[in-house]
Amino acid sequence: MATMTYREAIREAHREALSSDPRVFLMGEDVGRYGGVFAVSLGMAEEFGEERIRDTPLSEVGFVGAGVGAASAGMRPIVEVMTVNFSLLAMDQIVNGAATLRHMSGGQLSVPLVIRMATGAGKQVAAQHSHSFENWYAHVPGLRVAAPATVHDARFMLKAALADPDPVILFEHVLLYNMSGEVEELAGPVDLRRAAIRRAGDDVSLITYGGSLPKVLEAAEHLASGGIDAEVVDLRALRPLDLETILSSVRKTHRAVVVDEGWHTGSLAGEISARIAEDALYDLDAPVERICSAEAPVPYPHHLEQAALPKVDEIAAAAKRRVGSDG
Amino acid sequence: MSGAVSRERGLELLREMMLIRRFEERCAELYSAGFIRGFLHLYVGEEAIATGAMRALSPEDNVISTYREHGHAIARGVPPGEVMAEMYGKVEGSSGGRGGSMHIFDASRRFYGGHAIVAGGLPVAVGMALADALQNENRVTACFFGDGAVAEGAFHESMNLAALWNLPVLFLCENNFYAMGTHLSRAQAETNLARKAASYRVPADKVDGMDVLAVEAAVRREVQAVRDGGGPRFLECETYRYRAHSMYDPDRYRSKQEIEGWRRRDPIATLKGALRADHILYEEDVSALEASVEDEVEGAVRVAEEGSLEPVEDLLKNVYTPREIRWRR
Ligand SMILES: Cc1ncc(C[n+]2csc(CCOP(=O)(O)OP(=O)(O)O)c2C)c(N)n1
Ligand SMILES: [Mg+2]
Repeated sequence: MATMTYREAIREAHREALSSDPRVFLMGEDVGRYGGVFAVSLGMAEEFGEERIRDTPLSEVGFVGAGVGAASAGMRPIVEVMTVNFSLLAMDQIVNGAATLRHMSGGQLSVPLVIRMATGAGKQVAAQHSHSFENWYAHVPGLRVAAPATVHDARFMLKAALADPDPVILFEHVLLYNMSGEVEELAGPVDLRRAAIRRAGDDVSLITYGGSLPKVLEAAEHLASGGIDAEVVDLRALRPLDLETILSSVRKTHRAVVVDEGWHTGSLAGEISARIAEDALYDLDAPVERICSAEAPVPYPHHLEQAALPKVDEIAAAAKRRVGSDG
Repeated sequence: MSGAVSRERGLELLREMMLIRRFEERCAELYSAGFIRGFLHLYVGEEAIATGAMRALSPEDNVISTYREHGHAIARGVPPGEVMAEMYGKVEGSSGGRGGSMHIFDASRRFYGGHAIVAGGLPVAVGMALADALQNENRVTACFFGDGAVAEGAFHESMNLAALWNLPVLFLCENNFYAMGTHLSRAQAETNLARKAASYRVPADKVDGMDVLAVEAAVRREVQAVRDGGGPRFLECETYRYRAHSMYDPDRYRSKQEIEGWRRRDPIATLKGALRADHILYEEDVSALEASVEDEVEGAVRVAEEGSLEPVEDLLKNVYTPREIRWRR
């Protein structure tokens, strides 16, 4: 076991990939000399050279599209888009390019591309810098989407993403970079097909991913002290979803609360709720409840931003409501 | 620049630049103390551009800016107290506290933000100018952006649209040679930014952005050309930010000597020197200006401190147009 931060874990994952496969390179804004806007790639340009830790201009559509091209031509690029907010400029290359090339070429092309981006709110950076659009990308067939929520996953998810022959998007919540945690040193790549049970319990399933996992685990602790035994499901993969794990948890606990920092309408939480309703409705003792963000652009002031985002007490209260409502 | 300016105007320009600088330095302190949060991008070193450019624009013109816009807002006449209150997230802020440092808006002064997606303001500027052209308004839209924005597709598309449709936009590029930690020479193959604009048939020029009088004169000339119906213009102002990109930036990518070199061309010191050489600035003036600027900035901090927080029940306000004015046309 080694203890490190989420940021260091991602850096270690890059170092391992760059050392073991000459086709791997990293590119993005300020990833090289600056060391990455979240300091993920600090020191890597010195270690691997500026050719492989490649600074790009502010040209998201250009360098993300270049990643698509390089991947289809034999390289294994990792493209860092500083944040999901700026990925909107590159969305065409991701959705119309990376996601479709294999299919519309009749299987002749493949795009083994990894795109990493930070996501989420909570740092008071206001409406244009606080989005959570994981659901938009998870909507698209041809993409694989995942979100490491623990330091261990941060360390071993990149390997799985790089091994995948298709484009993979990895979402890193901005509030996780400083989190410390333990890493099993010789673990294999994270299985991107599998959700993880982060806490076993019998009374209610709390289903979440990414930056909301710490909040949900905290809520589960509160609930435990009140005698409610919550099971916490970390989705890990947002597309495709591991329905087997989700549904078997719900079949065991008979109640579900889905927590997702995206806005309610059209959220991943909505998709998961629908899947539960389709396949496990008769196993439920209470309606599924969603805790998502308020339907407004994220406001700057601390008290309003916090009011807009999913909160620990709100999650715990929802779980209590679900447990209490089976009469 | 000897003899270029009267004592009265010289003092005005000097005061404005000193005000912006003191305001920004105070922001840095207030950020460290936790009163300002989120992203904070300071304008220290670049004051001559906002100060000179705003004088050359009329109150009827439109101004669009970036996340590094406190100086632009103040030079445009947005009260510093409203800018500061915005950064405190208070209702009294220019955007009611919702936007913070990066999103200062004041429609009453035709100050249209405060855009934090790099180059995001350029197409909007083109559209505002299009509206003016369609409505026969004799108005110029001035759009500020950095050197980094020139690498974005939005810059190139905006140049072409504005030129193609002969729109009244003045593109004001604040070239401080860095986009976050990346020097212009490492981000753009053609580092002569005016040349890129010119390739779209947008007449383009360059000015020393550390010289407030030169900036004012150049912007005056360009604004006149745009106002006369000549279509868009591009003006590159060469400048430098003394401080880090934002308060998160450890600033490891440039040398002390480089920063010192630019500080020797400091716009405030340069103007002081010119006014002194013309014998129209006295030591008492400088200390009087310092005191009055200090007062104004502290007044702004007071406005922010005494301001109020919006009730949480209003969270969903202004996501859509309020019902009362929904059908007004
Ligand atoms: C589309 C987009 N990409 C990346 C960013 C992150 N970012 C914010 S400011 C900045 C540098 C911009 O440099 P420049 O245009 O030269 O303006 P300056 O900050 O120097 O005033 C970057 C990379 C962003 N806000 N928007
Ligand atoms: Mg710049």
